[in-house]
Amino acid sequence: MDLEAKRPATPAGPAPERAAELQRRFDERIDAGDFIEAKDWMPDDYRRTLVRQISQHAHSEIVGMLPEGNWITRAPTLKRKAILLAKVQDEGGHGLYLYAAAETLGVSRDEMLAALHAGRAKYSSIFNYPTLTWADVGVIGWLVDGAAIMNQVPICRCSFAPYARAMIRICREESFHQRQGFDSLLTMMRDGTEAQRAMVQDAVDRWWWPSIMMFGPPDEHSPNSAQSMRWGIKRVSNDELRARFIDATVEQAKVLGVTLPDPLLAWNEARGHYDHGPIDWAEFKRVVAGDGPCNRERLAARVKAWEDGAWVREAALAHARKRETAEPTP
Amino acid sequence: MTNDATTAPQPAAGEWPLWEVFVRSRAGLDHKHCGSLHAADARMAIQMARDVYTRRQEGSSVWVVRSDQIVASDPGDKEAYFDPMEDKVYRHPTFYRLPDAVDHM
Repeated sequence: MDLEAKRPATPAGPAPERAAELQRRFDERIDAGDFIEAKDWMPDDYRRTLVRQISQHAHSEIVGMLPEGNWITRAPTLKRKAILLAKVQDEGGHGLYLYAAAETLGVSRDEMLAALHAGRAKYSSIFNYPTLTWADVGVIGWLVDGAAIMNQVPICRCSFAPYARAMIRICREESFHQRQGFDSLLTMMRDGTEAQRAMVQDAVDRWWWPSIMMFGPPDEHSPNSAQSMRWGIKRVSNDELRARFIDATVEQAKVLGVTLPDPLLAWNEARGHYDHGPIDWAEFKRVVAGDGPCNRERLAARVKAWEDGAWVREAALAHARKRETAEPTP
Repeated sequence: MTNDATTAPQPAAGEWPLWEVFVRSRAGLDHKHCGSLHAADARMAIQMARDVYTRRQEGSSVWVVRSDQIVASDPGDKEAYFDPMEDKVYRHPTFYRLPDAVDHM
């Protein structure tokens, strides 16, 4: 909740001069590491960039409920089912925090959802891959949530305060997601059958490359990165985040006893990071553009949920209005 | 919504209204603002606030308030409102340097 300023913060004067002064003050605050609140003056491009990024992030949370939700009814034990339910419920909550942060910028929840449903807004392309076996659920926790956390921790220091506050809450809740995934895989690798171990390896083979694509194109092909860095929306570059993720994951894979499907993975003493093989960016672009294994299915599931829920939303509003007129106080 | 809006944002047509959520984490502490959500009415807002904001025992009490019912100071008035306190350092105990013998006063 952030109420609007009644008018742009001074100074008075002809419009162009005033705009330049507002821009100068904004830049000073960014340079000083200050937070920008929703009702503070901000350049239109900053607002647009944030609406796009935060709404895409929110869409990713709720679309991300689908691949895992697929396994709730088939979780192997009651314990794993309770954990998976809690995790999927968290993702719904994270979507809500993020939609609320975007709404402070003046875009409505319905507008954002309409953009998603019409295919105008993107979500993380990782969720366009299918969850074929129970091991996929563990691998999503370990690799996909692991990559998401690596991406999200720096956003806790984003210059736009409502986004930063949402991310702090999300990161606090998210760390159990990665741990439960690793724990589930470790159980299969240590106590499982040969077939179960092979199932884990197969899931790792399928999810590894899409996971490291989650950090986005290499820095030299990421045209918006520089401006986002300048604005303090982005704090760490795509390649740096990817390197940190790979370095951490290689060690975890050893503990797990799985092989990461990249023969070129090798420690590079000079860089202080693991080198990795070439990433298939053509595949990435194809999936982002809508031609992944599950794009149509995911979007259709969201649209169906929205349309099937329409009567509930309308009935709840009608009921609330009726009660309001019937009883002066609740 | 623009920077020139004079009233709190109204829900888009057909959208459930926006509510602000305040949670008391445990007895003895203040309710603290923790976020917002859309709900058709107060009862639904309380139930959803419980589901969204207290899944890990973060709360022992929840308040919800319609966002359009909150009156807030204007960010444009920030300097005029809050800067006059900047030079009143004598309102703080550290302004007074006392002899060591009574410095725990």
